[in-house]
Amino acid sequence: MKLSQTLGKSLWAFLFNSGSCNGCEIESVACVTPRYDLERFGIKVVGSPRHADLLLISGPVTRKMAPRLKRVYEQMPEPKIVVCIGTCGTSGGAFYDSYTLVGPVDQVVPVDMYVPGCPPRPEAIIDGVVKVLARLEAKENAAS
Amino acid sequence: MNATALLLTVAGTIGMALFGLFAGLWFTGIDRVLAARMQARIGPPVRQPFIDLSKLLVKQNVVPANAIPWLFNGAPLLALASAITILLYIPMAALPGLPVLGLQGDLVLIMYLLLIPGLAMVAGGLASGSPYATIGAQREMVTMIAYELPLASTVIAFAWKLAQMNVANPFSLSTLAATPIWTLVGPVGFMGLLLLLATMILVVPGELGRIPFDAPEAETEIAGGLLVEYSGRNFALFSLSLAVKTIVVTSLLVALFFPWNLTDFVAISCCPYLASAANAAFFLLKLFVVLFFSVTLVRISVARFRITQVVDVYWKVLGALSIVGLLLVMVDAYVR
Ligand code: SF4
Repeated sequence: MKLSQTLGKSLWAFLFNSGSCNGCEIESVACVTPRYDLERFGIKVVGSPRHADLLLISGPVTRKMAPRLKRVYEQMPEPKIVVCIGTCGTSGGAFYDSYTLVGPVDQVVPVDMYVPGCPPRPEAIIDGVVKVLARLEAKENAAS
Repeated sequence: MNATALLLTVAGTIGMALFGLFAGLWFTGIDRVLAARMQARIGPPVRQPFIDLSKLLVKQNVVPANAIPWLFNGAPLLALASAITILLYIPMAALPGLPVLGLQGDLVLIMYLLLIPGLAMVAGGLASGSPYATIGAQREMVTMIAYELPLASTVIAFAWKLAQMNVANPFSLSTLAATPIWTLVGPVGFMGLLLLLATMILVVPGELGRIPFDAPEAETEIAGGLLVEYSGRNFALFSLSLAVKTIVVTSLLVALFFPWNLTDFVAISCCPYLASAANAAFFLLKLFVVLFFSVTLVRISVARFRITQVVDVYWKVLGALSIVGLLLVMVDAYVR
């Protein structure tokens, strides 16, 4: 059985706030509300990185959060997918060049997909997750 | 025990294990879909638990550096094995050869065995070396002590009533299956039994660690509690044991309160296979109804209790309710 087949239908997400303004959290939690209902696709939010397949990172990594982010990433069991939500995790955004930052996110952990927007709409977050799954599948097809 | 009997028992055990796993996962899926519909969502496909399981089996199985490996890996196996063992004792539909170990074992044994999956989770949690899991383990033990009082009062009421009616083996499960308790009592005892039924319906979510009694696993406060460090295969085994336990606890409630078969109401005399199939389907229907009212409906309607409130609810409210029920059953025996 191909990995992307099971992973694509049962993706468990862990939300990590690396110092965001909470705007992106509100939008990512909106994805599991009745209006967007990500559970339709088997996606659910879990409370521990050990259960997670997908790490949703929001915020520009602050000095305090950088080692924690790295540890949470390492605690996730393989295979794992990382999606960075929001402009400030992508480039610094509103916090660009601040003395408190060691980010953006890809300076700390490898990122598979960026979702721009400040904050991005729930549709954009869902689209980002779908795209990263499609890429995983394409990579597997190329390998086999 | 001769060779054929032994072989039959082994085959029966494997059959019951498969039944428990599949039925448990299907019921978990149905529960998730119904819960989603009640929240005006569409919800996952019914076979979502199977997909989740196959995904967990291909994931990496992390054993944390400061865990005790043999205990950490052994606890999920123990939980699953003990959950399946209970299934062998509980009377289900009137099918030939069921329950597999029906002649041995009684209610007291089942009460003890029901503790083992919970204790295995506690041992696994403590062995994983995470502070979150330690808090979860303490909460799980408190919850187990809490729901034991209403559960024990219910079992005592049943055994007392059967003993008072001079039925042989009042604690035995086959006696219970043969004599529906409702037929033995008058109106006062009927009220008492209703109270006991209400108590048992609220003991079920506690046994299964579901909302509102899921303080040991509270994801939003202690990050999954007992199971925080579990991943991959071990986590899959724990979710399987929970699925089997769902079947165990609901069929215990069915065996205590609703032991009737379909053939008691409608005579299906044409062929024995049809009657057995009808009884099995009727049993699954009973399980579904119990599961709907005691798990799905409850977990959608209320939020999580704090651990102190869990004890309060089980000891003060449900404990009192079940003891009043027990007293009513006793009073009933003298006023008739
Ligand atoms: S991208 Fe915008 S909304 Fe999102 S965390 Fe950064 S500042 Fe807040």
